[in-house]
Amino acid sequence: MFDFLDMNELLGAFWVTVKLTVYSALGSLIWGTMLAGMRVGPIPLMRGFGTVYVNVVRNIPLTVIIVFTSLGLYSTLGIALGGDTIPVINFRLAVLGLIAYTSAFVCEALRSGINTVPVGQAEAARALGLSFTQVLRLIVLPQAFRSVVNPMANVLIALTKNTTVASAIGVAEAAYLMKGLIEEYAALLLIAGVFALGFICLTLPTGLILGWVSKKVAVKR
Amino acid sequence: MKLRKVTAASAAVLSLALAATACGSGKKKDDAAGGGSEAGGKITIGIKIDQPGIGLKTPDGSYTGFDVDVATYVAKELGYKESDIVFKETKSADRETAIERGDVKFIAASYSINDERLQKVDFAGPYLLAHQDILVRADDDSIKDPKDLNGKKLCSVTGSTSAKNVKEKLAPKAQLQEYGGYSECLTGLENKVIDALTTDDSILAGYAAQEAFKGKFKLAGFRMSNENYGIGLKKGDADLKKKINAALEKMVKDGSWDKAVEANFGPAGYKNEPAPKIGNIVK
Repeated sequence: MFDFLDMNELLGAFWVTVKLTVYSALGSLIWGTMLAGMRVGPIPLMRGFGTVYVNVVRNIPLTVIIVFTSLGLYSTLGIALGGDTIPVINFRLAVLGLIAYTSAFVCEALRSGINTVPVGQAEAARALGLSFTQVLRLIVLPQAFRSVVNPMANVLIALTKNTTVASAIGVAEAAYLMKGLIEEYAALLLIAGVFALGFICLTLPTGLILGWVSKKVAVKR
Repeated sequence: MKLRKVTAASAAVLSLALAATACGSGKKKDDAAGGGSEAGGKITIGIKIDQPGIGLKTPDGSYTGFDVDVATYVAKELGYKESDIVFKETKSADRETAIERGDVKFIAASYSINDERLQKVDFAGPYLLAHQDILVRADDDSIKDPKDLNGKKLCSVTGSTSAKNVKEKLAPKAQLQEYGGYSECLTGLENKVIDALTTDDSILAGYAAQEAFKGKFKLAGFRMSNENYGIGLKKGDADLKKKINAALEKMVKDGSWDKAVEANFGPAGYKNEPAPKIGNIVK
């Protein structure tokens, strides 16, 4: 019944999934925040760049982006991101693709948070003589972040599941192991069920914890 | 056994979801899974539609390839007209399920006979003995022996048996790049990012024989594994198995088998094995 289940293999594969998720989450949080800053900033060129980036990247399927990182950046242009073996190169390329894609969603979630901060806050900050970056860093973003924990949790859960696309370029994460097992053991439903359960184990606590956090930190207005 | 309960439950949910999507095709079930070979009905056969030379859907909607030729011959022997044959794509992961559910009468889709699969489905044949081999650039002479693959960059399809063989047995030190399809591997091979593409020689021959790649690649001719292609059918359907086996034997005898091999693999210089004896599975 469960003869395909090698616990070490399974945990190893899900560990790669977790690593992909964590690196991509951190990366997209940083790049997404910068994009959001650009989109609400005073410089038209930056605003334009942020808008174009978000609208272009958000509308390209993730599979296309990930496969492009491998076939376009690596195969054709020889960009290996400092990796020397194929598994390392592919992992980094996948993280790059996931960051590029997820940042667009992080940016939009954060921008909706920025819109919840009353204009008076920013005006008061300007009146105190703070620069644009200071207003953003000290006054607006802290309040914005506190109001978007829930949407961010959604983005994080989507990202966790999106890491499965990395198997398209041969990153040995959960979906990759699943394909191998199905090919070998011909027990489609059982194997798929185990992996579905694995992902629920990852995403369900994420949702619950962040839901609780969002209640804790929400700005009472 | 909590785990088992939960898994069973989730499997049930999944199967419901799968069943729900499967019913959307709007085809009558009894067309596919009739008993015996009543002429006049239609027959649904599972094939691959993305493997040149084996099973490929052409832009005009027709199907070509060795598996398609075999399936067509067998269906005719079972008493169906060519116009009554309905081809349906069965992806590797989906083959057992398609047979068990009765979506297809039988499957000819580069389907290697192995013990795990035999527990779920029955096989007629084998009708072709293929081997795992590698495809290299036509001007590359650095790989003379499977051992030379160590340290080279190899490409295969995610989750395939060929990829596993390389990792575990053939060349553990080779770097393995896996993509969703063979076409991506060929891009890398052309760009010299990848040194060799590995899978069954029959599939490789099909790719090498394509118009776009003529003369660019060559088969190394390593026989690194035995893949016995069989025709998958519902477990326990001894009558159908007997009929298909008889059809396969006839196909070899009357020369149609050789013709199909020549037509589909000829341009690649593929040294195919002679037609296997029915029931003789080369381990």
